[in-house]
Amino acid sequence: MYNGGKIILGLIIFLLLITLPVWFNIATGTSKYKPNPKILPGQTECVAPANYMRTSHMRLLDEWRDEVVRHQRRYGEINGKIYELSLSNTCMKCHSNKKEFCDECHNFADVNPYCWECHIEPKEK
Amino acid sequence: MAKDKIAKPEELADGINYTPPKKDWFDPKVEFVRGRYNYASTPSGLEYLGLPNPRKWQPDQEDWKLPKDWQKIVLKGFKERLAKFRSFKIFMDICVRCGACADKCHFFLGSGDPKNMPVLRAELLRSVYRNDFTAFGRVLGKLAGGRELTVDVLKEWFYYFYQCTECRRCSVFCPYGIDTAEITMMARELLSLIGCTIDWITTPLANCYRTGNHLGIQPHGFKDSIEFALDDLYDLTGLKIEAPINKKGAEILFIVPSADYFANPHYFGFLGYLALFHEIGLDYTFSTYASEGGNFGLFHSHDMAKRLNAKMYAEAKRLKVKWLLGGECGHMWRVVHQYMDTMNGPADFLEEPISPITGTKFENAKSTKMVHICEFTSDLIYHNKIKLDPNRNNHWRVTFHDSCNPARGMGLLEEPRYILRSVCNNFYEMPEDTIREKTFCCGSGAGLGTDENLEMRLRGGFPRANAVKYVHDKHDVNLLTCICAIDKATLPALMDYWVPGVEVGAIHELVGNALVMEGEKRDTDFRGNRFIGPPEAQPKEGKENV
Amino acid sequence: MSIFYSLLAITVLILIPIVGVGGLGWRYLFGVIIPYAAFGLFIIGIIYRILLWAKVPVPFKITTTCGQQKSLPWIKNSKLEAPPNSFWTAMRMSSEVLFFRSLFRNSKAQLKPGPKLVYGSGILLWLGAICFHYSFLVILIRHFRFFIGPTSKFIEIVSGLDSFFQIGLPILYITDLVILIALTYLLLRRFLSPQLKYISLAADYFPLFLLLCIALSGTTMRYFTRIDIVAVKELGMGLAGFHPVIPDNLSLMFFIHIFLVSSLIAYFPFSKLMHMGGIFLSPTRNMANDNRKRRHINPWNPKVEVHTYEEYEDEFREVMKNAGLPLEKEE
Repeated sequence: MYNGGKIILGLIIFLLLITLPVWFNIATGTSKYKPNPKILPGQTECVAPANYMRTSHMRLLDEWRDEVVRHQRRYGEINGKIYELSLSNTCMKCHSNKKEFCDECHNFADVNPYCWECHIEPKEK
Repeated sequence: MAKDKIAKPEELADGINYTPPKKDWFDPKVEFVRGRYNYASTPSGLEYLGLPNPRKWQPDQEDWKLPKDWQKIVLKGFKERLAKFRSFKIFMDICVRCGACADKCHFFLGSGDPKNMPVLRAELLRSVYRNDFTAFGRVLGKLAGGRELTVDVLKEWFYYFYQCTECRRCSVFCPYGIDTAEITMMARELLSLIGCTIDWITTPLANCYRTGNHLGIQPHGFKDSIEFALDDLYDLTGLKIEAPINKKGAEILFIVPSADYFANPHYFGFLGYLALFHEIGLDYTFSTYASEGGNFGLFHSHDMAKRLNAKMYAEAKRLKVKWLLGGECGHMWRVVHQYMDTMNGPADFLEEPISPITGTKFENAKSTKMVHICEFTSDLIYHNKIKLDPNRNNHWRVTFHDSCNPARGMGLLEEPRYILRSVCNNFYEMPEDTIREKTFCCGSGAGLGTDENLEMRLRGGFPRANAVKYVHDKHDVNLLTCICAIDKATLPALMDYWVPGVEVGAIHELVGNALVMEGEKRDTDFRGNRFIGPPEAQPKEGKENV
Repeated sequence: MSIFYSLLAITVLILIPIVGVGGLGWRYLFGVIIPYAAFGLFIIGIIYRILLWAKVPVPFKITTTCGQQKSLPWIKNSKLEAPPNSFWTAMRMSSEVLFFRSLFRNSKAQLKPGPKLVYGSGILLWLGAICFHYSFLVILIRHFRFFIGPTSKFIEIVSGLDSFFQIGLPILYITDLVILIALTYLLLRRFLSPQLKYISLAADYFPLFLLLCIALSGTTMRYFTRIDIVAVKELGMGLAGFHPVIPDNLSLMFFIHIFLVSSLIAYFPFSKLMHMGGIFLSPTRNMANDNRKRRHINPWNPKVEVHTYEEYEDEFREVMKNAGLPLEKEE
């Protein structure tokens, strides 16, 4: 007895599962999509270099939150400049559109930050 | 002879150490210590069966008189089996050495020898497999866990694969169901290709092939044994009982392991069958040609198992019976349940078994057409077809040893218990980890039950005996019942050594004792013990696990 | 020795991307070519191994019964442990594959003075194994987000549950912690238990080291050194969509991580890790205990020499006659 049919069926199911992303992308045709976060034009300077911000902005925001909420320090000096430690008031001055900036990457990479569980989500025009 | 050299039980147990040595296990050198191995096959049996390399030799000798190209023969046999048995191939490939099996083997628990851990027993073969049949092994050798097949490795195989009773306990615990019995069977087949087999297997094989039973009893001797038993029954019950032999047209062909009609304490169970069949008026017959239920072929090779097993169906066909009934035996039932139909079937010349007494259809046996005596008897009892007086077994305080093969190769667990609860009043279970599918082997199965191997048998039987001791101490158990001929042959020595005061008996011995027969006159059990009377005379104690 | 060689192999595996990417800057090789090659090897290797197994027949139905057979109607059949048909065999297999049923039975024997053999619980091994395998599965599913365009609800739910406690930022995945603990346990028992140490081969340490290094590099990247996951996803999508690109913003730690993963999947089909496929083919588990009800066919059932009744009677005719036993032929 070989049970060849069952084995091959099982093998095919396994191969389909393990290569699921390929089929998924073919089906949805989205594999070439690249996120393009938009900021207000003309802005050149951020609180930290872009590379650092890409990988670690959540750490920075986390630290800011702790400063403000736990230590009541609303302002901090970064690179010789005083900034208000605030997502809504500082970051979103330049990165003004949640949908076009934040969500662009977060949705792309399937990240679900819980910022807006406390902050009021900005109304997009 | 070997017995006087064995240490006292306490000393033997004190010497057991489960911590393996620091050095790795790759060195194959084994010392053949008397009492721990079986004698080699004598040439005559091998010659009679046409098996390879018959010669005079012994395992403790330096020169095993192997054929010149033995290595080639073994590796070729290895390769063939990898292509014929998926079990073998898979079991060689997927073990992760998680160690769950390590302390499940009775031989490891009784000896502490790390190569008795099922995983390492398998590694003995696997190391050669890796070395010769896998890419990693060919390139990396020892680093990939590979070993070359040398004479020392071969001797190590012989030592350890004749130190496995194919009980399958490890396979219950293995997350992938790896069954060392299967691996041992392969190893023994490979060993037998070059004549490295043991006499206690091949001589019974030759006997059975020629005379129909392992003991070599010829037809007239068989008839004498049966008549002897019938005379005994007359003395015990005052009833004249008949037992047909080679009777054509009987409804049922009844096959028992040969020890049942030739050895103690099996014999008392045999009397039980005869009494029972007489009482219910069963139309059955014995056969001299198929006078062996057991099948030592299973301990040698698949081919030998088939050659011996063929007699059952052949004889059923010749005698034109309707179906087969089988007695109490362990590995016999592994063969009947898992191999017979595949090897020698289809049994299309027989009818689907129906109990002529109760009308019960044995649906579960409708293809193989062979029914276990415990299935048959429990069905009788369930339907109130026999009168039983369990008080007649009141002098016994009983426990039940699940024999490996019916337990793990068949799932026959409740039938014997149902019978026991019906025929005796004092039945106590051993601890949970030592019964049912987790039952411990007697330590002497698969052809290892010899005198020369006694020390190893006592070690292997230690976990079983220790569990018996538990109920002996706690409940005064004095009878260990079982449904296996090898158990009945070897457990008495085990009990004498570890738990003196416990005797061994068959389920159908107790059935025979309790059976109230029409017109009988008896006041003793089959062993001549007086019945001790009604339950009022008994100390009150709860029955366990009823 | 086997520990040493396994560690050596792992060290080399870590050094390769450090030199290759950190030193020589071969990012395309390590980000695209090697992952593709490894995945190809994984797929082909698995197909090859499974087909190799499938080619070998199952001559006998050698089910290991771990419970009461189905016999008489009034005796309760333990359907899961001695399956009476293929449905219950599938259930039994599911319990093995999904819950590691057999390993769950594990006990630990101890010899006490008396002598007394006692069987304690051995559940820790089961727990370690379950924790490892399920964490691995969840982590694998979570990683699918790097390869799929609009991520599926399913992955979102899995990731959401995995980060249920919302500890830290980036939020801690519970499985990251569990897999590290489980792997450490599985490794430690091979070091600390003398029996385990005795039976362990390099092939046992190596995958554990490898998995541990993969988990460590991954968690380091997520929680400590951090990485631009948009860049990671660009790479992942490129690979899955067969238009590979190498974004700039990928750290060395990332290359170490994917090189180790590539090593794992390339090694997988040729190692004991194939127990993943093998468990489905284990003949003692994947067949019903209906042997006497349904005949199992052995495709190579050999013709063997037997001792026929005629030969038997010829040899014993004289004594049978004298004993009054019936004969087929008088002469």
